[in-house]
Amino acid sequence: MSTDRNLIQLITPAGERISHPEFDPWVKDIGDEQLCSLYEDLTVIRRIDVEATALQRQGELGLWPPLLGQEAAQVGSGRALREDDFVFSSYRENGVAYCRGVDLTDITRVWRGTASSGWDPYTVNMATPQIIIGAQTLHATGYAMGIQNDGADSVAVTYFGDGATSEGDVNEAMVFAASFQAPVVFFCSNNHWAISEPVRLQSHIQIADRATGFGIPSLRVDGNDVLAVMAATRVALDRARHGGGPTFIEAVTYRMGPHTTADDPTRYRDANELEDWAAKDPIQRVKALLERKGLLTDQVRQHVHDKAEAVARDIRSGCIGMPDPEPMDIFKHVYSGPNSWLDRQQDHYARYLDSFGDPAGATSEEGAR
Amino acid sequence: MTQMTFARAINSGLRKSLENDPKVILMGEDIGTLGGVFRVTDGLQKDFGTHRVVDTPLAESAIMGTAVGLAYRGYRPVVEIQFDGFIYPAFDQIVSQVAKLHYRTQGAVKMPITIRVPFGGGIGSPEHHSESPEAYFTHTSGLRVVSVSNPQDAYTVIQQAILSDDPVLYFEPKRRYHDKGEVDEGIDPGAALPMDSARVVTAGTDVTLVAYGPLVKTAKDAATAAADEGISIEVIDLRSLAPVDYATVEASVRKTGRLVVTHEAGQSGGLGAEVAASITERCFYHLEAAPVRITGFDIPYPYSKLEMHHLPGLDRILDGVDRALGRPNSLSGLEG
Ligand SMILES: Cc1ncc(C[n+]2csc(CCOP(=O)(O)OP(=O)(O)O)c2C)c(N)n1
Repeated sequence: MSTDRNLIQLITPAGERISHPEFDPWVKDIGDEQLCSLYEDLTVIRRIDVEATALQRQGELGLWPPLLGQEAAQVGSGRALREDDFVFSSYRENGVAYCRGVDLTDITRVWRGTASSGWDPYTVNMATPQIIIGAQTLHATGYAMGIQNDGADSVAVTYFGDGATSEGDVNEAMVFAASFQAPVVFFCSNNHWAISEPVRLQSHIQIADRATGFGIPSLRVDGNDVLAVMAATRVALDRARHGGGPTFIEAVTYRMGPHTTADDPTRYRDANELEDWAAKDPIQRVKALLERKGLLTDQVRQHVHDKAEAVARDIRSGCIGMPDPEPMDIFKHVYSGPNSWLDRQQDHYARYLDSFGDPAGATSEEGAR
Repeated sequence: MTQMTFARAINSGLRKSLENDPKVILMGEDIGTLGGVFRVTDGLQKDFGTHRVVDTPLAESAIMGTAVGLAYRGYRPVVEIQFDGFIYPAFDQIVSQVAKLHYRTQGAVKMPITIRVPFGGGIGSPEHHSESPEAYFTHTSGLRVVSVSNPQDAYTVIQQAILSDDPVLYFEPKRRYHDKGEVDEGIDPGAALPMDSARVVTAGTDVTLVAYGPLVKTAKDAATAAADEGISIEVIDLRSLAPVDYATVEASVRKTGRLVVTHEAGQSGGLGAEVAASITERCFYHLEAAPVRITGFDIPYPYSKLEMHHLPGLDRILDGVDRALGRPNSLSGLEG
């Protein structure tokens, strides 16, 4: 059976900085200023998430997968990455995308339904979000094999949920990563739920212990502790950079909101559980730490608030101001060059649309005739 | 007769099957406590227990592969694939195992597995949530493929699928889940129209319009609109996509002399091509015009703001009807 491994923790839920001889050295550069900056990121990311959820409720986005409660896991790891590392994530890692420098409007593009992907992966070294559960872990492993072949020292990092660890793809990714000692970091956000299914349905042992069976060393970290997540990620990145192969990180966190805006967690989740986790809120604890250290001045508070509000305004105006795509855009980029089948269909559809005064009438279910 | 939604009708059919046969077992992601993301299995776990209605880990290949093992053991698994686009991880188990075991074992092993797949578009979903993968399966021998278009059929056909000793892919048009209709729950699925029969939904004399699943409603609406213009459309709900009930389609085309087939899936290699070719073979001399296909385009399912351009709507179908009738249409003057 598995050992019940303790969580790596550097900040307690009450906001107390505790020492950890093994992991402290990895965050010794995080001074007061950096801590304030992490607090800013956490706050901004939560604000983005709240704004996007509101946009969905107002009908501006078709759907949104909230990350409420998972900010520290995303910021702690996202901020640990180097620019030339490459991220393969799931649909929930908007905080990581923010850390990678993804334009905020771009984050909403897919959820508004105006594009199949929001950004060019190569401009920010982050693949666009994956919906097929676990598929991205294989992509990251392959990318890492490429890094290895090239003799580079960057790292591929893949994000996925606890539920994903049940998928064949994730298990096969771990086989490849271990066999080839690929420089890849498996970052599992164990937020305790896969839609309605509790983590215990996916795994009989601690998620972190799954990896060891594949020969991949693993770390189990308090996912609501931004410093601990950063330290663990840096350890894993460093190992990968120096030829030490893959590492698996289980960030133990909690999805405080619904799975997506289409989900109703009250059907399957106990309210007490939510309360317990609210007490471990990732932002509150950094705030408490800053307060203890006397760093949360009015000036810092105001700055963080203003930044978060400005970002929220940007995301809202960017989203609402996004132009609708053109009908004929659906035929673009199916192939890299002309395709005779598609050319014919495209030509016919253009003629069809031309036969209507108003193309909107041509596409309603009721019809215009 | 009871008024109920499509989703409720499937739920009621599943309940009947669970009641009638202790070997029926439901498996899938989120089907238990949550009752499925579309609530199709709502309440079933509460009433039949966690051994009969099983929330599985997130692993489609495992869901399908363990269903094979359960079938070996004499069970009749009914698995839910949460959305069309998530069936591919299970594809290997379906086409290499589920479809072929009966043949491989010369009939010794039966695979009475029902695979429920909410499919099709029109609900504004993100990628992988609106696909029409039926042709992959109609191309695989050993599988039966059906798609229902109304609550009554949903109710009876799910029971027929579960009763079938062959594996059945049961495609549920998710954009019609909330449509209501009369359902006779007293109907005996053994005495009802068999699931491999097509049905004439609207009788007509000028053109035969073949549809299935979500587009049957659109086809019916098109027939109503056409009637106002003096065109009489005979709408056929295929119901079974593999095997196709060609006798019913053939009889209709012999009468009308014209065929239009519509589906949401892309055109090339799609079921419409199969129907058009088969009907051309069977009643070439009765055809007054080349069969017309009104389908989705050969593109990945587009983002939601443009999905209605991809999906055949009423007007696009009527434009196809005009083409079959040689009336002015968007392609008038074009050769081929
Ligand atoms: C292959 C596949 N199967 C099913 C789904 C439907 N689905 C979307 S999210 C989800 C739960 C994922 O849970 P987890 O991996 O724990 O990640 P979380 O959403 O909690 O971050 C499911 C079942 C999917 N997207 N892909």
